Amino acid sequence: MKIVGLTGNDAVAEAMRQVDPDVVAAYPITPQTELMERFAEFVSDGIVKTELVLVESEHSAMSACVGASGAGSRVMTATSANGLALMWEMLYIAASCRCPIVMTVVNRALSGPINIHCDHSDSMGARDAGWIHLFSENSQEAYDNTLQAVRIAEHPDVSLPVMVTLDGFIISHTLERVEILEDEQAKKFVGDFSPKYSLLDVQNPVTMGPLDFHDFYFEHKRLQVQGMENARHVVREIGKEYGALSGRDFDYFESYRMEDAELAVVALGSAVGTARGVVDELRDEGKRVGLLKLRVFRPFPRREIVELLRGLKAFAVMDRSNSFGSYGGPVFSEVRSACYGQGLELPIVNYVYGLGGRDTTFEDIRRVYQEIEQMASSGKAPDDIRFLNVRE
Amino acid sequence: MSEKLPGWKELTAGGVIEKAGNASEYETGSWRVRRPILDRNKCTSCLICWVFCPDSSILLEEGKVSGIDLDHCKGCGICARECPLKDKAIVMQLESECEST
Repeated sequence: MKIVGLTGNDAVAEAMRQVDPDVVAAYPITPQTELMERFAEFVSDGIVKTELVLVESEHSAMSACVGASGAGSRVMTATSANGLALMWEMLYIAASCRCPIVMTVVNRALSGPINIHCDHSDSMGARDAGWIHLFSENSQEAYDNTLQAVRIAEHPDVSLPVMVTLDGFIISHTLERVEILEDEQAKKFVGDFSPKYSLLDVQNPVTMGPLDFHDFYFEHKRLQVQGMENARHVVREIGKEYGALSGRDFDYFESYRMEDAELAVVALGSAVGTARGVVDELRDEGKRVGLLKLRVFRPFPRREIVELLRGLKAFAVMDRSNSFGSYGGPVFSEVRSACYGQGLELPIVNYVYGLGGRDTTFEDIRRVYQEIEQMASSGKAPDDIRFLNVRE
Repeated sequence: MSEKLPGWKELTAGGVIEKAGNASEYETGSWRVRRPILDRNKCTSCLICWVFCPDSSILLEEGKVSGIDLDHCKGCGICARECPLKDKAIVMQLESECEST
């Protein structure tokens, strides 16, 4: 293990260097650009053996990834916002063809109005495309998630693509202390890819992506659902194995000071770091507050999250994306839906925050805890969505 | 289809077809609205229909047109259209007006 100063983009590029994937196909887009620039340097310098395919659009990037994956290659890529949107069609193809592609999504607001800064509207919009979603709190976790994603995606019980997200600029362009595994350790952890099929195996010819009608399509979708269900235990197993290697534990969540907490915030991404600081301050003031960081959004750990929230009096769910016309953002909808039917009836409030890179400060998060404290004493939740730090 | 189809646990992930060249096992004849009717007395076996048929459904015997594979013919009518004879050797007829196969 060595300690280095890396931005989030650099940290993911380091993980990709250690994985040394067979094929990377990508197109540049802010704030992902530096990640691919750094990786392209590794290719040009002969540090990795990767075939880097420079394409004319993200639709082509994901198409090339699907083709390379079908050929039996270990495939990685990265994108952001509108680039992810341009991949849309191929995201579903990658998942339904069970291609274990690993993609970094450097979260950025999906236009318009045009904006290059962070929110989660890009990857959250793709939440039903059939990809596993791992969120990162910082550069360290972006590195750790990337290595684990390769193993999760390629696990024979899963065989699905994985999206590793990190907040644009806030993580991608911020220099942080990152612990990097030794190259041999990382390579041993990810191991070799043993695909079940390869289109280049002419001795065993197969057809991939065939026409699938009403008589078989539904059954293939059911099988795809099972791959995602299997990911539940695989994410945990790989998290434990990586934990033993790195000294950092990984699960669906990280509970922060939740032991005797009465009030809590559920959040994901870089806002967790801010909320951690607020929890420490409020604890010093004698408040029984905690924080639940959600790392795995797909598959959504619906049973486990309710157990962690059960002892509370009230809580808030933070969403860095909007779901127009819905009652709350995607994380709120999932969490609230999980509570129903599992005997958890608590006052819950949804805060939409940080759209288009709007800063979320200690003061903002404090206001969230203040409101849930009032909810705990009144026993009532507001029936509208809160928009944190937006001007009236 | 009357045969029992496999359940989802019996299928390959992603619908991968592991056996090459199995398209002939998938019968598409039931899609047909119009059926090509071949008159072997008129047919000169020029094989233009055989070249054009997108479903390889023109059957040959010793190089001569011998019939239509109605298990796979989708009734597109290209054979009848392309038949170069003024008095066509293949004509399309509504399935509902045909004897059952």
